[in-house]
Amino acid sequence: MTIFKRINGFWLSMVLAIVFFIVVQLLISRGILNSFYINTLFYMAINIILAVSLHLIIGITGQFSIGHAGFLAVGAYASAVMTMKLQMPFSLALLAGGVTAAVAGLLIGIPTLRLKGDYLAIATLGFGEIVRIILLNVDYVGGASGMTVTHLTTWPWVFACMLIAIIVIANFTNSTHGRACISIREDEIAADSMGINTTYYKVTAFVIGSFFAGIAGGLYAHNFYIIQPTNFGFLKSFDILIFVVLGGLGSMSGAVIAAILLTVVSTFLQEYPETRMIIYSIVLILVMLYRPKGLLGTQELTSFFRLRKAVEGGKQNDNKHTVA
Amino acid sequence: MTTNTPLLKADHVGIQFGGLKALSDVNIELYPGELIGLIGPNGAGKTTFFNLLTGVYEPTEGSIVLGNEKLNGLPPYKITRKGISRTFQNIRLFGELSVLDNVKVAYHSLARHSILSSIIRLPSHFSGEKEIEEKAIEFLKIFKLEGFMYEKAKNLPYGQQRRLEIARALAAHPKLLLLDEPAAGMNPQETKELMNLIAFIREKFNLTILLIEHDMSLVMGVCERIYVLDHGQLIAHGTPEEIRNHPKVIEAYLGEEVS
Amino acid sequence: MELIQQLVNGISLGSIYALIALGYTMVYGIVRLINFAHGDVFMVGAFVGFYAITGLHLGFFPALLLAMVVCALLGVFIERIAYKPLRNATRIAVLITAIGVSLLIEYGMIYARGAQPVAYPGTILPDKKIELFGVTISSQSILILCTSIVLMILLQLIVHKTKIGKAMRAVSYDAEAARLMGINVDNTISATFAIGSALAGAAGVIFGIYYIKIEPLMGIIPGLKAFVAAVLGGIGIIPGAMVGGLVLGVIESLVSGLGYSLWRDGVAFIVLILILIFRPSGLFGKNVKEKV
Repeated sequence: MTIFKRINGFWLSMVLAIVFFIVVQLLISRGILNSFYINTLFYMAINIILAVSLHLIIGITGQFSIGHAGFLAVGAYASAVMTMKLQMPFSLALLAGGVTAAVAGLLIGIPTLRLKGDYLAIATLGFGEIVRIILLNVDYVGGASGMTVTHLTTWPWVFACMLIAIIVIANFTNSTHGRACISIREDEIAADSMGINTTYYKVTAFVIGSFFAGIAGGLYAHNFYIIQPTNFGFLKSFDILIFVVLGGLGSMSGAVIAAILLTVVSTFLQEYPETRMIIYSIVLILVMLYRPKGLLGTQELTSFFRLRKAVEGGKQNDNKHTVA
Repeated sequence: MTTNTPLLKADHVGIQFGGLKALSDVNIELYPGELIGLIGPNGAGKTTFFNLLTGVYEPTEGSIVLGNEKLNGLPPYKITRKGISRTFQNIRLFGELSVLDNVKVAYHSLARHSILSSIIRLPSHFSGEKEIEEKAIEFLKIFKLEGFMYEKAKNLPYGQQRRLEIARALAAHPKLLLLDEPAAGMNPQETKELMNLIAFIREKFNLTILLIEHDMSLVMGVCERIYVLDHGQLIAHGTPEEIRNHPKVIEAYLGEEVS
Repeated sequence: MELIQQLVNGISLGSIYALIALGYTMVYGIVRLINFAHGDVFMVGAFVGFYAITGLHLGFFPALLLAMVVCALLGVFIERIAYKPLRNATRIAVLITAIGVSLLIEYGMIYARGAQPVAYPGTILPDKKIELFGVTISSQSILILCTSIVLMILLQLIVHKTKIGKAMRAVSYDAEAARLMGINVDNTISATFAIGSALAGAAGVIFGIYYIKIEPLMGIIPGLKAFVAAVLGGIGIIPGAMVGGLVLGVIESLVSGLGYSLWRDGVAFIVLILILIFRPSGLFGKNVKEKV
């Protein structure tokens, strides 16, 4: 019974996603959507990638990283160098952006993930600043004036990357590996004593998260005509952090919804950046004071439709389907 | 049952924090199948000793040997995989995870499917997850926790949380189980049930158990041998009968005993 | 001589970091909170000082005092409104709130007066150049250094010789036990915020006089660096924050002196990451393991 419901749930959402993709693609190619809406859609998808990638690090693994813009920057610059300096195709550039960011994640993750809570937060913040300062000082990538980048990001690219990011992170989460990460979030010492290699999983989650942040960076860079170190400061990290916190730490659908909502809000407030920041910060403070678990808490959107509130349960069902 | 080779041998084990000697010269031997008590007044170093055995701390002197493998310096997760698992004095469950998932985590080290196979959902992922799930459910049935399977662990009543923590520790397939004050905070009825449970699992899984307990009468009732720690040193060792009449033990507990 | 010149500059800069770092360290010591808004209190202090001097025509010391009072009140206000309700919340929730408060102050300031920088009038303090063995020291920097030192000595006196200081030490050691001993924990925490914020306010005025230019986002980088200084010295340890601030100031000046001034900001963060990796408890801290 429920077996087919679950499976259908997955394929149903895939079909919906593809229908949505085709509709938007048609609207774009027919010229019905103007560039303002197209841009907002692109931006939304990029923000969703960033949100789910940070969600894996903070929401699932419980590692409080506040330097995510650093990985975005690494991915953006690496991919821009690929296309602009080395004349590589966009696909390779995106991949290179992801891989470079993942390597950065590995290098920064191994030493710093031994730190806990506040200290980790500060170390990652420091990392983000270091990336920015390095970019500011390297003439090869234009220093403070930045790099001009050709516009290569298209709707199929953005959508495919977003879908892959969501599926990969959801699949990772809903497996023994994801459970290992959640157990670290819940109680690292107990996880360790249950035979979980905590360092390995913290670093893995960090690397996967950085990889997708890097991909997002590639899309971001090729969606604007210029990238500059100032695009990737602490405020950018903070923007991404808000998606995850507002959506509910531990809830992927929450992070996605928050990313969509806030992209819309900030698009409308584009003309008034100060007002936007004031609203953002007040919302953030109020959420922490009155609903610290965020929009959805650790729940997923789908669990509201199910009678049985299984966070991880039901995997057995998928099995039977493949076995049968 | 008892053979001559000890399952676990702690040889002159000690640890220093800064200048402070928390434990020194502790010698303990556990033989397969034994149920051993470790008692002592508050602050005697009992939990610290558990932390040494499980790798949370590394001993600054002496050696700890399980079977014929030295455990010194191994990280906790490796020690667990070698066959020592534990519960905690202050329950440490994965609160937001379901009861079932708590047990599944303990089966993690048995999983053979890789991260990649989970991400792209290869058949090995499904079979691996299925195996874990089946084993975990089986296990919960033994502990009569299957009714709470999909509850969040943090929502269980206290007694059931203790039960779940023991189940989780056992699911990691230990040869040696360390229980840190499992009866703390329980009423007499619950304590009695717990003792029956311990006797049951020991029988069923052919385990060696080392039990820290504050409640003297409880330890006296179930343990075959007892070690007594005080101020970081072993002051006595013997059968419950011997311990009960041991002058040093009486001295250490005088005015200390909590009943 | 160049080296000594940089050393002198470094100490002036370092004393500003130290003053800010003290607030971080005191607050962290007592409520285990990284008060991200602290750098912005410093910024507010600089502006209060500016308006006191240009608008109210006050002298250096009255302006300094006014900035300290305003910042102390602001600090207590922030604590009561934003942090106190979260006393028992998760660390992440508190940290995020702190970031929120910080942004609110920054952009509230921009909203109120615009983002344009203003210049401190250069005539408040006599600015004589004193030549000593080929090293130029301005009388300003000597006065600034003296002011910082006096404030730090005052702080030590408060912490070690007064009743409120004793309460602060007790609360930071064990808030629950302190409460049972009849200490008003809430008031003690507020007092800590007040003192820390007053020091940041003083640092703001001193910064304005020394570096002339002030603007609403000026608190971010010095704030972060002061935090680095606090971690460097061992967070929660008051003398550690002073030494950490001075060391960081000197390191930065030396790096600029060697001709890498663009990398100056990066150095602080590299120091931070190195110290966190190799000695997370800081220069003066004790290593504490989590209790199992």
